[in-house]
Amino acid sequence: MSGAPTKSAAIAGRSYSKHDALARGLGYFSIGLGLAELVAPRLLSRATGVKDSEHIIRAFGVREVATGLAILASHDPTPWIWGRVGGDLIDIATAASALDGKNPKRENVALTLLALAATTAADIACAIGLTAQKQIATDAVADYSKRSGFPRAPRFMRGAARDLEVPTDMRIPELLRPYDEGTPKPKGRALGAKGLRP
Amino acid sequence: MKALVWHGTGDIRCDSAPDPKIEDARDAIIKVTSCAICGSDLHLFDHFIPGMESGDIMGHETMGEVVEVGAGSRAALKIGQRVIIPFTIICGQCEQCKRGNFSVCETTNRKKKLADVAFGHSGAGLFGYTHLTGGYSGGQAEYLRVPFADATHIKVPEGIEDEKLLFLSDIFPTGWQAAVQCDIQPTDTVAIWGCGPVGQMAICSAILMGAKRVFAIDRVPERLAMAKAGGAETIDFAEVNVVEALNEATKGKGPEKCTDAVGLEAHATSSIDAIYDRAKQAMMLESDRAHVLREMIYVCRPAGVLSVPGVYGGLIDKVPFGALMNKGLTIRTGQTHVNRWSDDLLRRIEEGQIDPSFVITHTVGLDQGPEMYKTFRDKQDGCIKVVLKPGEMAA
Ligand SMILES: NC(=O)c1ccc[n+]([C@@H]2O[C@H](COP(=O)([O-])OP(=O)(O)OC[C@H]3O[C@@H](n4cnc5c(N)ncnc54)[C@H](O)[C@@H]3O)[C@@H](O)[C@H]2O)c1
Ligand SMILES: [Zn+2]
Ligand SMILES: [Zn+2]
Repeated sequence: MSGAPTKSAAIAGRSYSKHDALARGLGYFSIGLGLAELVAPRLLSRATGVKDSEHIIRAFGVREVATGLAILASHDPTPWIWGRVGGDLIDIATAASALDGKNPKRENVALTLLALAATTAADIACAIGLTAQKQIATDAVADYSKRSGFPRAPRFMRGAARDLEVPTDMRIPELLRPYDEGTPKPKGRALGAKGLRP
Repeated sequence: MKALVWHGTGDIRCDSAPDPKIEDARDAIIKVTSCAICGSDLHLFDHFIPGMESGDIMGHETMGEVVEVGAGSRAALKIGQRVIIPFTIICGQCEQCKRGNFSVCETTNRKKKLADVAFGHSGAGLFGYTHLTGGYSGGQAEYLRVPFADATHIKVPEGIEDEKLLFLSDIFPTGWQAAVQCDIQPTDTVAIWGCGPVGQMAICSAILMGAKRVFAIDRVPERLAMAKAGGAETIDFAEVNVVEALNEATKGKGPEKCTDAVGLEAHATSSIDAIYDRAKQAMMLESDRAHVLREMIYVCRPAGVLSVPGVYGGLIDKVPFGALMNKGLTIRTGQTHVNRWSDDLLRRIEEGQIDPSFVITHTVGLDQGPEMYKTFRDKQDGCIKVVLKPGEMAA
């Protein structure tokens, strides 16, 4: 996969994609809808003809406001937008159950379902877009196998900077220096015969 | 002038901003010829580091030409001088500066009180890098005001292209210090997490300092290929278990030296601690993801060294401190003391020992910077390092 899916959603000259912008929009929408559900549950309940549903509507309101705030406040809204998709499905199931023939307000319920379908579509599009733009390419899209900062092959450069004197504040504490008999010890730092400083 | 301005999480724009003016006698103004986007900028872009304000100008890897000098810096700088601006603002006179601990200069953070609260004691002022470090305007712009300019600069000769010199401002000294902090012995195996620009510089430095073996860990194929070209043996953390792979390569003893060139946005593939970190971060109970730190502490050979150039901003959780303590590990970290290394590194560039420009994959006008933030963060289009040219903007 290459960066292709995000290119189409990019806004020229901005670091923000259309999906990022849509996510913010959905965040504000979530808060707005949630507040309406919290403030006027009776009104909504009556409009859809479902009796005694105020407490459910209020609970939905809490969910909407919390998700909206999370979308706006988090570093990465993707999981919260996916959360909205889940919430949409619950809303649809709830509304669909009010669609029976005895409900005098079923036209309003049908309208609600239509609105919910549209919101769900927007949420899904946004979630997929956000997920795709974070996808790390697994196939190399460029060949850097010959790009090194060295004038010669690395094996000829190994140790070229051994002239560097490591400043005293960055040396390994003498007692923690790994003891390895078979190796030449750097000058001035060798351990004495008993493993102590000479 | 035009400048890249932070507007909020994930939102950077190329805006018009007022031209900087001399505000203090020690100031100088630089006309920027080249600047770059750094992995540290990504932490700000993603808003993991607190203390950004809408309207802040980004950028801390900058070079250019001196166009104005305050009276207090005239002895040190002349108009027309070609300079690189280190990302750390330094006074050159305080006790820490005198010791060479430039990144914790005691005088240059003008919002010291904020940092004292967040960190206990403040470090140096930094360009384009949150109000915790002074809230100074950065260098992803046409012009940059350099405070304490008599000390905060690296003079460079004419006749070498910008690309070879620009990274003396940050990532080259950062990779170098990461390796110096390891005090590399000819017998050492050095493992480096992260093959972004800093990781690449750390790999080169470890090879130059004569490490016996260098392991490089990442999951982005182009970055791993570049690490291999630089002499590292590579480990794809999306494919294999890093701890097992490193133990296997060292006869079960673990690498003597481990370097974290990833920082607080570490990714992990399906490990428990990664899911834990993600969840806590989402609920804003933890600010930084510490997967790499945990892995390093766990796999490092007893009496070994952990070198941490990767940036952390706040709190981390579930650090196996017991392992760290019982294994007697040494941990060294910090923002880089750029000017401590810059003269030596400039000499190495001039002598042709190394050419840091190999990491550059994208060079664009400053006005295309905002899009490049996204390309760089999401590792699209083979992006490893982006250089921005204020002089090459579309009219
Ligand atoms: N100390 C300093 O003065 C200083 C200076 C410059 C940059 N930095 C820091 O260094 C770090 C790296 O900078 P960069 O410009 O190379 O950034 P970058 O984002 O390009 O590189 C980070 C790399 O780490 C890889 N990575 C993510 N999770 C990993 C894991 N679990 N294991 C191994 N690799 C993993 C990513 O794929 C990426 O390639 C950042 O935290 C940056 O802020 C510090
Ligand atoms: Zn940087
Ligand atoms: Zn100082």
